[in-house]
Amino acid sequence: MAYLGGEKGMSITVNGKQVELFESVQQLLAHYSLENRIVVVEVNRDIVMKENYATTRLSHGDVVEIVHFVGGG
Amino acid sequence: MLKIADRTYHSRLLLGTGKYPSFEVQKKAVEVSQAEILTFAVRRMNIFSAEQPNFLEQLDLTNYTLLPNTAGAKTAEEAVRIAKLAKASGLCDMIKVEVIGDQRTLLPDPIETLKASEKLLAEGFIVLPYTSDDVVLAKRLENLGVHAIMPGASPIGSGKGLVNPLNLKFIVEQSEIPVIVDAGIGSPKDAAYAMELGADAVLLNTAVSGARDPVKMAEAMKLAIDAGRLGFEAGRIEEKEYATASSPTIGMMTL
Repeated sequence: MAYLGGEKGMSITVNGKQVELFESVQQLLAHYSLENRIVVVEVNRDIVMKENYATTRLSHGDVVEIVHFVGGG
Repeated sequence: MLKIADRTYHSRLLLGTGKYPSFEVQKKAVEVSQAEILTFAVRRMNIFSAEQPNFLEQLDLTNYTLLPNTAGAKTAEEAVRIAKLAKASGLCDMIKVEVIGDQRTLLPDPIETLKASEKLLAEGFIVLPYTSDDVVLAKRLENLGVHAIMPGASPIGSGKGLVNPLNLKFIVEQSEIPVIVDAGIGSPKDAAYAMELGADAVLLNTAVSGARDPVKMAEAMKLAIDAGRLGFEAGRIEEKEYATASSPTIGMMTL
């Protein structure tokens, strides 16, 4: 089951916003349609490499950052 | 050829990707600039409207080297964190170290820049620090092993051009690594001037993206940089206080 939030009231913080808890980084990315985008993911300040998206479990209270490249000089 | 670490480039123009009026204009500007190295910033993605287009994702990345910056960092630690995020994309291992120490002038913090560069070198990055035009700092960074030094010409986005050409010249003369004049370029004459001083390359963004016609300005910058480089290689004449006739002074008929 991907979605673990809702009734259990469990959540994580993604890019500063509270969202429902997902089972893994992969599930989180899939929910926001980011699987094929160029992004980098940090969970609790540790970078999660692509090959570990499926096996990286998320828990209530985790702080996730999803970053990408934007225009800059 | 511009050589940074083990890579070589035909173009001596490094182009920033911020603040263009549209992706279409930006794409054309990048194309006509013939730049091979493009800078980017690392920021949070707006995951709640992820369908919005992203410039980098529209590029053929086989044609470009990505040079992410650590803009937004105020400490070495923050810069290292941003650099690691950029590298984890698997798209780049070069980093423009940018640690700002003063918000009004956006001038870099030399001590944090040095610390961040040292840590990132130890992590195996190709390190290009954006620095002030301090000659001794440039030397200290070179001694650490950075792969190029990027002194600012004047404050970021100011368009003031080369406010201290003498310092830039000193840095060029002492450096055995590429010197890339970064920040403050306003017009093609500034870019040409930097190249005439012997800089190996110029990094600019606002001068192109903020021009009335960014595509035309991208071409102008490319030509200015090429002209400045050729001029440097050709060796300019010495300046003199008074005139020296170009035409023969002998063999003149009676007038």
